Amino acid sequence: MSDTSEGTGGLTYDKSKRQWPNELNVFAALILIVIVFEILGAIFMQQSLLFDSRDRFDSIFNEARLRIIIIQVAIIGIIAIGVTQVIITAGIDLSSGSVVGATAMIAMSFAQVAEVNGGPNPKAIFGDWALDLPVVVPIIVGLSVGMIAGIINGVLVAYSRIPPFIATLGMMLFARGVAQWWSLGNPVSFPTESYAKIGAGMMPVIIFLSLAVLFHFIMNYTVYGKHTYAIGSNEAAARMSGINVPRHLVLVYLIAGGLAGLAAVILTSKNLTAQSGMGLSYELEAIAMAVIGGVSLFGGRGSIIGTVIGALIIGVITSGFTFLRLGAYYQEMVLGCIIVGAVALDQWQQKRAAARA
Amino acid sequence: MSDIILETKGLTKHYGGVHALEDADFKLERGEHVAIMGDNGAGKSTFVRQITGVEQRTRGTVTFDGNDVHFAGPLDAREAGIETVFQTLALADDLNVPDNLFLGREKTKFNWLGPFRLLDYKGMRGDTMAGLEKTGVKIPNIKNSIANMSGGQRQCVAIARTATFASKLTIMDEPTAALGVQETAQVENIVRTLKEQGESLILVSHNMRQVFDLVDRIIVFRRGRICANLDIKNGDFTGEDVVSYITGAKTGAEYEGVA
Repeated sequence: MSDTSEGTGGLTYDKSKRQWPNELNVFAALILIVIVFEILGAIFMQQSLLFDSRDRFDSIFNEARLRIIIIQVAIIGIIAIGVTQVIITAGIDLSSGSVVGATAMIAMSFAQVAEVNGGPNPKAIFGDWALDLPVVVPIIVGLSVGMIAGIINGVLVAYSRIPPFIATLGMMLFARGVAQWWSLGNPVSFPTESYAKIGAGMMPVIIFLSLAVLFHFIMNYTVYGKHTYAIGSNEAAARMSGINVPRHLVLVYLIAGGLAGLAAVILTSKNLTAQSGMGLSYELEAIAMAVIGGVSLFGGRGSIIGTVIGALIIGVITSGFTFLRLGAYYQEMVLGCIIVGAVALDQWQQKRAAARA
Repeated sequence: MSDIILETKGLTKHYGGVHALEDADFKLERGEHVAIMGDNGAGKSTFVRQITGVEQRTRGTVTFDGNDVHFAGPLDAREAGIETVFQTLALADDLNVPDNLFLGREKTKFNWLGPFRLLDYKGMRGDTMAGLEKTGVKIPNIKNSIANMSGGQRQCVAIARTATFASKLTIMDEPTAALGVQETAQVENIVRTLKEQGESLILVSHNMRQVFDLVDRIIVFRRGRICANLDIKNGDFTGEDVVSYITGAKTGAEYEGVA
């Protein structure tokens, strides 16, 4: 073959020339943040954040704190797995927090026990038929409510061409209204024993990490994942290539809604009660996890692993501030700065990549 | 099967009162490379859009590979075996080369999984390497995303699609309009490789040197009509003659009185 193309290199598949994965940058940021807290801890508290400084030999880590860090981000992390996929399609989902609220109320109504302290359940929403139901009923109800909200979001975005921001903002208000209307503002309480086990102890963490592994696989090794990235990267090209873009978008929003529904089930199980204000601003925290984890709001770039690391960064910062006995105000100020910083970094990297090409 | 891969008869497109394309009779033999030239608005792109199903024709017939065809959209045309390299590249920037080549028609395993069926990365990588080799496209690393590639490399990736999918006809709409000298040379090399492999090609171009270099025949459009059909090998004409046809100073003998 004639070669007039000096400078374009040979035809190779070279593993060593692979691009530096962005997840490593995010992971480096996590390590850096831990180091900062360790230094501050050593100076101001004479203690370590993550390592066990007490005189014990069974563990080098402060396991209790590690557990708290991951438990406090697990439930919102589950939502963030869905939100990550939506953002990769260049969309956004503002409704997940409110969907958690509505799903919490509705699912919990099917998880109530008949008898509390020898008397009838004082908080029962429905009649006897809805009490002491098998645990699969509230789980299915919860997933279904989340998925229905997701399908409505998806249809609005994909077929009516309403911008995702507006469509999911509408759903955010609507679902919160449903949560408050459901039992007229009263909490729904007293779940069955088996329902209470779903979110007990480390269960939220196990579910979060299992889902992260599952969706990491789906995003990287299936047609669904490839098309999700393609739509976010260049929707016109995806359409020209024969991808049914609207149908795919509905599926993405459906999965995000289902994950929000699941998060609501776990949350109500963990708290043993459902309240209409549940999930308030979860959508923003989930978006923050994704953005800190390197998911580009312009679509096409990001990963589940990145979002999981993003969730851990938020967990470490939250725990770190408590550890340093600093108020929650500072924590939110710092989180705000980190989110803006992460997007600025993304912009800068994109500009640099464009300049190189 | 006939030796004619594509034939249009009386192909006409009106946009309201504007007659963008009028009675275009066109024939392309299997393995032949034909250039379409003409001034802006002469009907070149309109002609391409009718063949590739991007628009629906007003009147006339299109015969592709022996069958009368009426493509509902560009996908239909692609499935029938017409690959088009558009002026605006239909590539997803954040995906790598094999992902882009196979976008929308991925090789998969476990198809019963529906949308979650598994991608056959190994198969796609192999086919991509074969396709790139066949066209002589050189890409430093096919695992890199398209975003990190030069305009020429992207154009090559778009062209390499045609080779990967054993298409019957390739249409390129000004493939080198936005490229530098070296990148243009690279694309032209690919076109020559396609010629050697007997691939049929329609090349829309403004570049006279390129056209004389690459194709067998030149079709000139003027004001929505074909006004010249010039065989480069047997013909005795120069670039200046072609310019005369384009501007209207001259009209091909068989097209007297049409435009």
